[in-house]
Amino acid sequence: MTAGRPLERDHGVRLLHEMLRVRRFEEKCVELYSAAKIRGFMHLYIGEEAVAVGVMEALDADDAIVATYREHGHALARGVSAASIMAEMYGKVEGCSRGRGGSMHLFDAATRFYGGNAIVGGGLPLAVGLALADKLQGRERVTACFFGDGAVAEGEFHESMNLAALWQLPVLFCCENNLYAMGTALERYESETDLALKAASYEMTAWAVDGMDVLAVEAATRKAAGEVRDGGRPCFLEFRTYRFRAHSMYDPDIYRSKEEIERWKQHDPIPALIERLTATGQLTDDDQVELERSVAEEIDAAIAFAEAGTLEPVEDLERFVYWEGAAA
Amino acid sequence: MTVPSTVTLSYREAMRSAIREALLADERVFLMGEDVGAYGGCFGVSKGLLDEFGPERIRDTPLSESAFVGAGIGAAMGGMRPIVEVMTVNFCLLALDQIMNNAATITHMSGGQFAIPLVIRTTTGAGRQVAAQHSHSLEGWLAHIPGLKLLAPATLADARGMLAPALADPNAVLIFEHGSLYNMEGELPADAGAVDIERAAIRRPGSDATLIAYGGTVSTALAAADELAASGVEAEVIDLRVLRPLDDATVIESVSRTHRAVIIDEGWRSGSLAAEISARITEQAFYELDAPTARVCSAEVPMPYPRHLEQAALPQPNDVAAAVTRMLGGAGA
Repeated sequence: MTAGRPLERDHGVRLLHEMLRVRRFEEKCVELYSAAKIRGFMHLYIGEEAVAVGVMEALDADDAIVATYREHGHALARGVSAASIMAEMYGKVEGCSRGRGGSMHLFDAATRFYGGNAIVGGGLPLAVGLALADKLQGRERVTACFFGDGAVAEGEFHESMNLAALWQLPVLFCCENNLYAMGTALERYESETDLALKAASYEMTAWAVDGMDVLAVEAATRKAAGEVRDGGRPCFLEFRTYRFRAHSMYDPDIYRSKEEIERWKQHDPIPALIERLTATGQLTDDDQVELERSVAEEIDAAIAFAEAGTLEPVEDLERFVYWEGAAA
Repeated sequence: MTVPSTVTLSYREAMRSAIREALLADERVFLMGEDVGAYGGCFGVSKGLLDEFGPERIRDTPLSESAFVGAGIGAAMGGMRPIVEVMTVNFCLLALDQIMNNAATITHMSGGQFAIPLVIRTTTGAGRQVAAQHSHSLEGWLAHIPGLKLLAPATLADARGMLAPALADPNAVLIFEHGSLYNMEGELPADAGAVDIERAAIRRPGSDATLIAYGGTVSTALAAADELAASGVEAEVIDLRVLRPLDDATVIESVSRTHRAVIIDEGWRSGSLAAEISARITEQAFYELDAPTARVCSAEVPMPYPRHLEQAALPQPNDVAAAVTRMLGGAGA
């Protein structure tokens, strides 16, 4: 599926800018992890940027997002500030989850970003519930739920798909199929590897989409989100994508070949969009330099913000276990 | 002057009345779970509610505990006030990911951004010969988890009155209804309503020992106290009511007066709520004790089916009375 209308310059450049923000942010995270500024588990989105950026472009401000532990890109593309995400990974109070969550648990009420769920499949029931609340309260909003191919093997995936279809709930299931459940290849853990086909068995519209093409992602999402919003029923999108980096910072990446990785890098969504915009004269070399400069500036500012952030006093350790009321 | 009128009802009816009142009071409230609608609830609690409130608010679910408990969490975050019924606490294990990793953690993980105003009702306990997959008291496991609140209504007043404050609470609240209590009947004031969900209650005053119980074991403790009273021993009976956070003050105050404590718990002894309470008494009132704290818990065996073995596995009034008598033995009884 491709965009059905000519690409406006501003639109194309905005998508490129968003993907570059994610790519450069993640690259900087690698450096900061090596410098021990960021600790814990960290999962990078490099290679998959077109999915989050394309989906977010097609959603409305009052739609909801439920994401996974590989969610820096989703949060950035959704509009959670780079500064608050970086501060979160520094464990600072200024972080989007007050430093309590870290890389895997980014939350932001203002943009309806419901985490950062690090139990594979665990976010799907939540998304079903958010959509149920919308339906019961007569709101025409979409809940977009991201999960990986690995989640398809979880019971919670099947329970949630069934419930959303049975109750006709406005959930947009966004499966990011990067072909590996951590280190186990799709064909080594699924009896049916056509995930859209599997999803369709729940009486749900399900399409496979080229997840390396941001315009295809956006177009498919626009169409599917329209069905979800107007039709009040769930849709399933399988985004075929690939992560260029290891599963996490701990992963030696020994379960796939260098050749396979290189082959997928030929489909890198960022150069592909640059080429398209350049070919049509919508992007100059100067434009690219300016984009990179503004992204670098934003990320540098985010790091400075995180560095200058404050650590929560230890006396506050046991706060937020129970609800303390809306933040002032 | 008018005498307040009373109604005779069962624990089941008290619970139903509470749910009905909640549905009438707040359109954000809905009930969902397995067989809560057309069947009327596995234990008959929601009988008639589908006819009165319709399938949007009395929602039968597939046998998908994880999905419908998680959907309850999501719906709560989306502005609703869900009551999720999980048929038995053993089935809560199928939803433990959602209870533990989401309901109990999202408020904290998000730095306090999201409330989870959710109520989960479930049935617990043995005594009905339903064997090793439908009889266990797993309250202690769930009480281990910060971020949850746990209630154990043991009386008609609590069955009638705990739901409203639980729904008003911005945190996930689990209500454990003991299966043997549903048919318990008694009188309540016609206008009985909300009760507190913070404090333990003294169900019987006494001066010689404190019996600490909750849910299904409150009646066991009261029966033991009657037995002891016949031999001149006055036992105080505390109904914990709230299993997390525990009301230490009521327990410690009582033990400081009676100087002896027996904890009665249908959970298994090892790693039980009884163990937690015993530890707290030791930590906070060690020098008040005239005897080591005693525990009467379920035998450490998956619940067997035959009645005589099931009864042998469960805390019985004479086990409790015997524990108190042993404690007093050193004092010359």
